[in-house]
Amino acid sequence: MAAGKAIAAAAAVAGIAAAVVWRRRSRQREHVDLFFSDGSMVSFEQGSIEAARLLPLAHEIVAAAPNHP
Amino acid sequence: MPAVEPAEALADLTEISPQIRLAVLVDERGELVASAGAEPGQADTVARLVRELLSAAEDAMGGAQAREQLVQLQAATPEGCVFLVRDEGRLVASVTIPEPTAGLVFYDLKTCLRTVAGESLAPKPKARAGSKAEAAEADSKGEEPSATEPSTGGSGDGSG
Repeated sequence: MAAGKAIAAAAAVAGIAAAVVWRRRSRQREHVDLFFSDGSMVSFEQGSIEAARLLPLAHEIVAAAPNHP
Repeated sequence: MPAVEPAEALADLTEISPQIRLAVLVDERGELVASAGAEPGQADTVARLVRELLSAAEDAMGGAQAREQLVQLQAATPEGCVFLVRDEGRLVASVTIPEPTAGLVFYDLKTCLRTVAGESLAPKPKARAGSKAEAAEADSKGEEPSATEPSTGGSGDGSG
């Protein structure tokens, strides 16, 4: 009984940790989002042809900015 | 609302938004108008790269049509994000910290553009006929509230 509870608790903790890691990684993934006047949006994820053109420019812009405001 | 000087508007932008490291304002000819958070040389470089990024994004979406319709852009990298908002030829772009609150940054950039253009950010709603606001306004002018809007669809009790 106690072992069952411990396993369930461990599974819950592992699930939460996995969700946090997945969310952080998905946030850190590079992407470019384009927003249009009609309210639509297109997102180019890292690895796409469009992102391969746009992300290097974004890197250059970020690198040109100072680290502190 | 009078237009605010571009440099002042960008300075306000970087002041109210700690997520923004740098901001540049570019006119319809692609010339750098003002910047905040960067040396002049850096700002010129960023303005040029921002124009290139915008042009590349438009090309990715098919050129002329995208040029008309593309109004905002966000490029996210682990080192920081690039935000861009366009409005009637003007363009404001910023570099932020990694993982910023995107909606907030877009809102601040749009507000900055409108401030530079001299547009009113939140137009004061017109008081309805018979409302307390209208009565107070009319009272301050020394006239009857209903006299200002004689044709508002009757005396207000049309549902009975």
